[in-house]
Amino acid sequence: MTASNSTPVPNAAVEAGESTLRTAYEHPWAVRFCHWLNTVSLFVMAASGLQIFRAFPSFGPKIPQHNLLNVPKSLALGGWLGGALQWHMTFAWIYVATGVFYLAYQIFSCNYRQPLFVRKDLAGVWPMIRHYFFFGRKPAQIEVYNPLQKMAYTSAILLGLLSVLTGIVLYNPVQFSFLASLLGGFHWARLWHFCVLCALLLFVLGHLIMVVLHGWNNFISMLTGWKRNPEYLP
Amino acid sequence: MPDSLKPANSRSLARRELLKLSPLLVVGAFAIPRVRGPLLTAGVAFTDWASARWFRRNHLAPTFADSEVTPLEKFYVNTYDVDDPVVDLEKWTLTVSGDVKLPGEYTLAQIQSLPKLKQNTRHVCVEGWDAIGRFGGTRISDFLQYVGAKPEAKFLYVECADDYYESLDMASALHPQSLLCYEMYDRPLTREHGAPLRLRVPTKIGYKQAKYLTSLRVTDVVPRPGYWEDQGYPAYYGL
Repeated sequence: MTASNSTPVPNAAVEAGESTLRTAYEHPWAVRFCHWLNTVSLFVMAASGLQIFRAFPSFGPKIPQHNLLNVPKSLALGGWLGGALQWHMTFAWIYVATGVFYLAYQIFSCNYRQPLFVRKDLAGVWPMIRHYFFFGRKPAQIEVYNPLQKMAYTSAILLGLLSVLTGIVLYNPVQFSFLASLLGGFHWARLWHFCVLCALLLFVLGHLIMVVLHGWNNFISMLTGWKRNPEYLP
Repeated sequence: MPDSLKPANSRSLARRELLKLSPLLVVGAFAIPRVRGPLLTAGVAFTDWASARWFRRNHLAPTFADSEVTPLEKFYVNTYDVDDPVVDLEKWTLTVSGDVKLPGEYTLAQIQSLPKLKQNTRHVCVEGWDAIGRFGGTRISDFLQYVGAKPEAKFLYVECADDYYESLDMASALHPQSLLCYEMYDRPLTREHGAPLRLRVPTKIGYKQAKYLTSLRVTDVVPRPGYWEDQGYPAYYGL
């Protein structure tokens, strides 16, 4: 890696001379790569998953069948159940590989400190919520991510892990019967898998809203790694 | 000069960092219709391969108490082609061929003369629903021994009265819970559940549980993996 910085937080490189712009290298290549690859696979997994769900849109018995909701065809990928399974089973590997690579990179580079929500962040969550939703004063930004952001990103990683575990049980409930019983059995695993999807979609929605509100700078930094004039730099 | 010493806001550096993401474009192959099919087929084949790798020969599928069994009238039936494949139960025989010492026609009585296993196991449909049924029959492994099947053969291939066809890898076929099933709920199979004989393999997905069996071949090469597999479903689909 070129400009990566060994001091983890804040991951900043202040530039001297030439211009008065201050920039920070926020996202190493591995993180950006995983982010965009996962954007694609999460989209494929969600859309093909909805097509699979269309085959039996219920969590109850088959007889009598009470449909929970009818997912519109326009949100589904794969065209039919078999096609959706092909997408789902192919991208599951890309999804898992991305997750494993991401976690390994974060752990070995110690970059995990940037997004990991820890106990000391707890106190900062409520002030951020007050600021976002109840017109509270904006707390000073001292790290790349504020406590609420850390909480959201850490939850998203855990949701990703849960989506894989519940998915494995749905695919192979016999070979992974121990995991299945941990999740409450085949039926519960199917419900959990769906709940995890809903939670991930909520995360994505919130994430997109924040990107729109916080502008171009944030978006570019996930592409190039560099952010101009971040608030947390002196 | 190391990048960290360069002006960090320079456009060339940003462009270079952006270009480093270009390997992501490989995923775009999935957008090309001609390439997409083979890629997805390869993805499913890889999933099948992995699933076969973590299949454990002696790991039993969960069995259930009689009180947990789905009542017969609430056990959903998926038919493939016809509701009634018109099987003459009086004249029915199972044609056994391939890598076996004793090929030929086997009657239901011959199959039933082998030890019977009854168990409550979960049937999982690829659509997402499931039902727990009470199944009785002969272990496939016992029957294969009875007909002198070559132990190292790779597949069973079955054909059905409704023109359905299926294949089963030998490891799954020899699993101690895999049955040539002739009873459900302690009674002979009903027509809609595949009378007189069907596969009942609790380590496999629903569409592999072929009904109305008419022939069984022990072979290393299957002519076709199965009816639904030929439409694009996974060929292995273990549970």
